[in-house]
Amino acid sequence: MTDDARRQSDEQLPASAGGSGRISAALAGNPNSGKTTLFNSLTGLRQKVANYPGVTVERKEGAWHAAGRSVSLIDLPGLYSLDAASPDERISRDVLTGSVQGTDRPDVVVAVVDATNLERHLYLVTQLAECGIPTVVAVTMMDLAESSQIGIDIQEMSRALGMPVVAVKAHIGEGLEALADAVVRAAEAKIAPRVLWGAEGEAADGDDRSSVKGRIFARYRFISEVFQKSVTHGGAPERVLTTRIDSVLTHRILGPLILVGVLLLLFQTIFSWASLPMDILDAGFGALGDWIRGRMDEGVLADLVVDGIISGVGGVLVFLPQILLMFMFISVLEDTGYMARAAFLLDRLMSRIGLHGKAFLPLISSFACAIPGIMATRTIENSRDRIATILIAPFMSCSARLPVYTLMIATFFADRYVLGFVSLGALMMLAMYGVGVLAAILAAYLLKKTMLRSEPSPFVMELPPYRMPKLRGVLQHMFTRASLFVKNAGTVILAISIVLWALTYFPRHEQVHSGDLSETAGAHRLEDSYAGRIGKTIEPVLEPLGFDWKIGVGLIASFAAREVFVSTMSIIYNVGGGADAESASLVQALRDEQRPDGSPTWTPLTAVTLMVFFVLAMQCMSTVAVVRRETNSWGWTGFLVLYMTGLAWVAAFVTYQGGKSLGY
Amino acid sequence: MRLATLKPGSTATVTRVVGETAVAKRLMEMGVVPGVSVRVVKTAPLGDPIEISIRGSHMAIRKSEAEAIEVSE
Repeated sequence: MTDDARRQSDEQLPASAGGSGRISAALAGNPNSGKTTLFNSLTGLRQKVANYPGVTVERKEGAWHAAGRSVSLIDLPGLYSLDAASPDERISRDVLTGSVQGTDRPDVVVAVVDATNLERHLYLVTQLAECGIPTVVAVTMMDLAESSQIGIDIQEMSRALGMPVVAVKAHIGEGLEALADAVVRAAEAKIAPRVLWGAEGEAADGDDRSSVKGRIFARYRFISEVFQKSVTHGGAPERVLTTRIDSVLTHRILGPLILVGVLLLLFQTIFSWASLPMDILDAGFGALGDWIRGRMDEGVLADLVVDGIISGVGGVLVFLPQILLMFMFISVLEDTGYMARAAFLLDRLMSRIGLHGKAFLPLISSFACAIPGIMATRTIENSRDRIATILIAPFMSCSARLPVYTLMIATFFADRYVLGFVSLGALMMLAMYGVGVLAAILAAYLLKKTMLRSEPSPFVMELPPYRMPKLRGVLQHMFTRASLFVKNAGTVILAISIVLWALTYFPRHEQVHSGDLSETAGAHRLEDSYAGRIGKTIEPVLEPLGFDWKIGVGLIASFAAREVFVSTMSIIYNVGGGADAESASLVQALRDEQRPDGSPTWTPLTAVTLMVFFVLAMQCMSTVAVVRRETNSWGWTGFLVLYMTGLAWVAAFVTYQGGKSLGY
Repeated sequence: MRLATLKPGSTATVTRVVGETAVAKRLMEMGVVPGVSVRVVKTAPLGDPIEISIRGSHMAIRKSEAEAIEVSE
């Protein structure tokens, strides 16, 4: 099992004699086959990530210099089968038949199989061969096979399969040259693999041999023959270490306890540890803005650059610490194999609302921020489950809602206790989290019963052996996700934040306001602005909720980020833009604010209604941009905004009118 | 008998995968075909899903899915 790790084929041709032109190749393999590691080793940082047209499936392409030829390598999604049951499988099949716009039909397929799990991984190889494209099999995890005393005769396997087979150790670069030779040769020979199964497939249970199940059976019968000819097992017991680790991590009592610990650590990381770099970024952009303002003439241009562009860019980049930390976590959890165990432990809970066990982690993360949470739904393979999870994640009360809750509680519920010792404010806060979770459960249940209804998708999930994560793989994953966020969602976020800035800034009447920096001027300017006018226009819609146009302006401005509500209120109530959620002057301003008839605008009931509205409404453009990117659909994105905001309005209406009729 | 009724720790041979559902197909694609030996490893703490071992690899499947697998001891 050393020197024979070379390409072998029934149809060997001399290696590329002055071949020219670009070769296009596709990389296919099961999840956990070592495909990503191989793709990274072959292409390094020369990778491009985009979406296939019209679907949520990601298209990864890289440049590979193979045996003096340039190969454009498409990394297909991780697959167990090509039977078109999921969007991943459908798109992979379409790529292999050349029917995806903008993607050439590959000249050759590299099928990645795990040496320690050959039978199941060879199943995909049989299906790839049936597509009629020259196929080269790359056997990974050879070192693990050796240490488990699994002997693989590469030459014999190649003969039995009728395809070139190469053994690779991707992480140390062994076998990559042999793989390159085999790929170039196969692409030039253009000889499709012979399908040595199928026709004589005889199903044991009397299934028709032409039926789907009959065909699957025939493929596996062929695989068993190949396996018997080429694999010897030294009799070492399987999965010793993995079994030992599982006896703790999926233990009846220890398992759930450790899981809670892992989730707490994740939550702590993105909720609180990420806030240090976020604060530094925030302060940095603030300082940069001041510095630039000092060097520009006062006027519209300076305001646009500082308040529009710089704070918009800052508003995008401030998410990066959370996203990087989130994907560090996810990479480690996935690469070690723990993610599958967490789903195993939690599936019972999640399946009650029709979701997959893997939906739990994105939802928990969304309590810190929906952006990394929604990006984390990528780990859910089934696209309907993934969309359902994305559509409920923003109901989790994120950290940006806290300043709004805090302001409301500070104004009306501070220093009040229930039963003498339970803080009313804390109870209200808890109730808001509860409302969000209830809404999410209800929405998930209804979505899976209606729009996302489907035949129950198979849960069937592999529990791979535990492995050490590779630092390089983790870093690459983190930075790919971060740069995708900046490039795709970031541009949308920047554009919307400039629009929002313009709405609160224009129109300008220079002669009236210039030089007048008093707080009243700020309030007047905001009232005069387009945002102020929109606030007044939508006042009739807000009135049944007990909100006036000033609160309306706050709702519009908080689309930039929910916590902006607090600073907008402090501008509009003339207490200056710098007030925070517990500022005494802002609290007093809220208590003093009156309606035209002299009654107070803000009552405890208005405050509760506003909190309910903030729990449920889709008040965050960054979430909208990320949902657009992750679903690859404006349809789902629009639906999310409408149904959440609609639900928020109805819930706020019921709260306010119900409260009023009860005499509050 | 059905796989769902097996006790953790016991081994059996698959005789049939019942039905034409997506689940039945996926199970077969993952290697659960007639003649193969399957072992129930453990049950998740909340009672569902179960962990099974087949062809040297381990999978989690829901009990409702295990209903589709007919086995004999």
